[in-house]
Amino acid sequence: MGISMFDILGPVTVGPSSSHTAGAVRIGLACRTILGEPVQQAKITFYGSFADTYRGHGTDKAVIGGLLGFNTENTQIRDSLQIARQTGLKYEFFTAEEARYHPNTLAIEAQGENRKISLRGASIGGGQVRIQELNGFSMEAACLMDTLLVVHKDSPGLLANIAAILNVAGYNIANLRLARTKREGDVITVIEIDAPVDQRTADSLLNVEGVLRVISLPKF
Amino acid sequence: MDIPSIDYLLDEAAKNSKTIWQVVLKEEQEDSGLTEEELRDRLEETYRVMKQAVKEGIAAETRSISGLTGGEAAKYYRYYRAGKSLLGSLEAKAISYSLGTSEYNAAMGVIVAAPTCGSSGILPGVVIAAQEEYGLSDREAVNGLITGGGVGAVVATRATISGAAGGCQAEVGTASAMAAAALTDMMGGSAKQCAQAAALALKNCLGLACDPVAGLVEIPCVKRNGIYAAFAIAAADMALAGVESFIPPDEVIDAMYQIGVNMPAAVRETAEGGLAITPTGASAKRRLEY
Repeated sequence: MGISMFDILGPVTVGPSSSHTAGAVRIGLACRTILGEPVQQAKITFYGSFADTYRGHGTDKAVIGGLLGFNTENTQIRDSLQIARQTGLKYEFFTAEEARYHPNTLAIEAQGENRKISLRGASIGGGQVRIQELNGFSMEAACLMDTLLVVHKDSPGLLANIAAILNVAGYNIANLRLARTKREGDVITVIEIDAPVDQRTADSLLNVEGVLRVISLPKF
Repeated sequence: MDIPSIDYLLDEAAKNSKTIWQVVLKEEQEDSGLTEEELRDRLEETYRVMKQAVKEGIAAETRSISGLTGGEAAKYYRYYRAGKSLLGSLEAKAISYSLGTSEYNAAMGVIVAAPTCGSSGILPGVVIAAQEEYGLSDREAVNGLITGGGVGAVVATRATISGAAGGCQAEVGTASAMAAAALTDMMGGSAKQCAQAAALALKNCLGLACDPVAGLVEIPCVKRNGIYAAFAIAAADMALAGVESFIPPDEVIDAMYQIGVNMPAAVRETAEGGLAITPTGASAKRRLEY
């Protein structure tokens, strides 16, 4: 895929570092979007260079800002820790080492009123991110396109049903990948599409027998 | 947009009697499906963010979140406004604005990564100063940004714009090449002169290490943005005079990448070499350890 002029003249973001700040906001925002409700509790673990420099780069404020739903250019990120305390988001930061991970990696365990998720993401430069693990599923989502995460049973023909629904609704699938956990039966399918999926299509996908959850992750 | 080389930009420009920014804008239109006016609206908004960052950066004694840097943009701007600068007003103003943007970046202000946060001062510093000094329109300034954006896109495609991958030459070097091309276009230079300005700038940044103290985007990044704003103007000036790089632009970009690959990891943003491990750099890092 070609590069956009706005990747070079951008992103518009709070400083000081595209990888340590802008990327961290985006991982936090992806987590908030996947959770689908306000975050009440968050445990954040920084790895590698994030662990060494997270305070000086404001990575802590950045990830909490993302968890509060702020985008990279929202100046409230500077005060996000205070805003979190005022709005009842309880957070804790940890640092750890894991040689297998990208040097700028963070993991989040986030709890809302009804749900709890865990997510791991890497910030790979210029503000771009890769979501690499969700609820124990190893996966890869770049968030450069509108992305659909479908959690479903590992049953034959199910993927064809999903593809058919998207096809009938007129969505063009650019990329599709499956990920499994060690737990038998559950699969997460990551589908990158050319446009955000509307609610009706998302509902039809959810009605497919064996589909457990449908999460729409907008590009950012 | 898929721009493989500076030569491609020049060929397309020559074939259709266009400027570099016209070629880049057309590519972006085809990719995004947006009209020229829609793209211009978005770019004008980008430019507005750049101007705001300059204004904030030079106005106050901005301190970075770590407390390591700040206040230099305001100090230099006051000196220049008092008529004391040894440089011409274009260079002195560009240095002020570039320092201002970088300090604002280090203070978690809103900036435009151009191409990265660490090198975000140079392009706006040069373009805004030139617009003011020569009484150009926003449209002409935005054309400069698009020209610079095209150069940056080629570097990102052929090489890298990441300090961790290619050292500071990939960040500040690319930003300088973008700013030199932008200014050359704004001053009426030809497409070829814009490309030569970019080559002259990048060629003279080759080997620049990324060795930030405590791993933060502050030392030497902030002052380096100021210095390289003046440097980019020098490259544009030479190109406008007809000076050409003996090594063509695409080959310079490839050389930058080659040097980046061969650079030791210690000077590729790991803070394990160079300025970062000097006694003073190391002591600053210790003071920041909480």
